[in-house]
Amino acid sequence: MKTLLKALGLIGLIFATPAFADGDTLYADMGGKAGIDKLVDVSADNYLSDVRIKAIFDESDTDLLRAEFKDQFCQISGGPCIYKGQNMTAAHKGLHLTNADFNTVVEDLQAAMDTCNIAFSVQNCFLARVAPMQHQVVTK
Amino acid sequence: MFPRSLGLSLLTVLFLVEGSQAFADDALPGLEGQSAALFDEGKLLATGGVSQVEGAGGGGLTPWALITGYGTRDGIGFNAHFTYIDLTDYQLVSPGISVGLFDRLELSYAWQAFDTESTGAALGLGQGFTFHQNIYGAKLRLIGDAVYDQDTWLPQIAVGLQHKENDQAAIIAAVGGRNSVGTDFYIAATKLFLAESLLTDVTLRETKANQFGILGFGGDKHDNYSAQVEASAAYLISRKFALGAEVRTKPSNLSVAHEGTAFDIFASYFLDKNLSGTLAYTDLGNIVIHNHQDGVYLSLQAGL
Repeated sequence: MKTLLKALGLIGLIFATPAFADGDTLYADMGGKAGIDKLVDVSADNYLSDVRIKAIFDESDTDLLRAEFKDQFCQISGGPCIYKGQNMTAAHKGLHLTNADFNTVVEDLQAAMDTCNIAFSVQNCFLARVAPMQHQVVTK
Repeated sequence: MFPRSLGLSLLTVLFLVEGSQAFADDALPGLEGQSAALFDEGKLLATGGVSQVEGAGGGGLTPWALITGYGTRDGIGFNAHFTYIDLTDYQLVSPGISVGLFDRLELSYAWQAFDTESTGAALGLGQGFTFHQNIYGAKLRLIGDAVYDQDTWLPQIAVGLQHKENDQAAIIAAVGGRNSVGTDFYIAATKLFLAESLLTDVTLRETKANQFGILGFGGDKHDNYSAQVEASAAYLISRKFALGAEVRTKPSNLSVAHEGTAFDIFASYFLDKNLSGTLAYTDLGNIVIHNHQDGVYLSLQAGL
C-alpha cells in the first residue's frame, strides 16, 4: 500500500508539472505575426522539398497557399487574423490523403518549428490545435 | 548470470531489422508518396509506445491502448525487443516480438526466464533455478485515437489478452499455485494530452497470475479472477525523450507470501522509428522469501 501511494504521488506530481500555455499566449509564444510568417515559409519549403509528399502540391498555387497558411496559423494560435480560404474538408477533397501523408506534414512542420526555435512545449500547444484536422484532411 | 548468447542474438536481430530497412529504402526509389509501402512507418515518433514486460505495446509494466510499431491504418509495424530486469535477489530476461496490423490489431510473443539465483538454493530448488514463461498476446483497438483526438476527452480504447504458459508446474503446485497456465484479460485507455506534452494510460486487468505468472495462476488463498489497476503517465521532454512513472496492482493468491504492488519510474529514448531504449528503476515489492525487490529495468526495442 505504501508503494502504491508513493507511485500515485509520483504520477500526481508528473500531472502537476506541465506549464499550461493558454490561448492568449500561444500567438506571442510563436513569435507573433513575424514568427508565424517565417514558420509558414520554412514549413512550406519543407513540404515542397519532401519526396514523400511534394506531389500533393503539384496542382497548387503555392504562393496563395503560403498566404492562406499564414492567416490560418495566425488565427489558430489566437492571433488577430481571419483565415478566408476553403474549409479543411473542401480544401482536401479528392486528394485521397492518408494518415502517413498527414503525419509527414506534421513532421515537416515540427522540423520547421525547430528551425524557428519554437520551444517544444509551445510546438505541442500548436499541434494540439492542428491534430483534430486529421478528421477532415485524411480521406483515404 | 547474463545469457550472453541471447543478447548477441538480439543484437543480430537489431542489425537485420536496420539492414532490411536500409535495403527497402534503396530498393524502392520510385515508390515514395502516395503509393505507400506495407511497412509505411507513417506514425509519429514514439506514438507506438515501447514493449512492456509481457511483450505488448505499452510502457514498462503496463499495456497501452496504442498498437505497437509505426504502421498506420494502411500499414504494418513490427518490433523485436529485449528486456532485462536485475532485482536484489532475482533476475528476469525476456526477448520478444510483436506486430501491429493496420493500427487495429496487435499480436505479440514474449519469452521470460526468471532466475531465482541464490534464492533457489535457499528454497531447496538449486542455485539459479529458473522459471520460464511463454506469453502470447493479442490486442484490438476499439475506438478513439490518442494522437488526433485532441478536441475531445475520449481516449483511445483497446481490449487485449495475454495467455501465459509456465514450465514449472510441479514447483507452482508445491507453493500453492493452482495452475501453470493462465490468461489475463485487459481493457486499456490511453490519452495524449498534447498541449501539456503528457501521455496517460489506465488499464484494468482481470487476472489470476501470481507474480505476473512466474509463480503460476490462482492459489490456495484465492483462486478466482480479480480486477487489478495499472496506470502510466509519461511527460514528453522532447520528441525523442520521455520520462514517466507506472503503477500496477497484483492479486495476492498464495498463502506462502504476500504479493504487493509494482511500480517504476522510467526514461525512454527514441533514437528514431527503428531503435528505442528504456531505462527504469522498478520496485516489484515482496517476491516469495524476499521483501522489497527493486532494481534496474533495461529494455531495447528495434522495429519499424
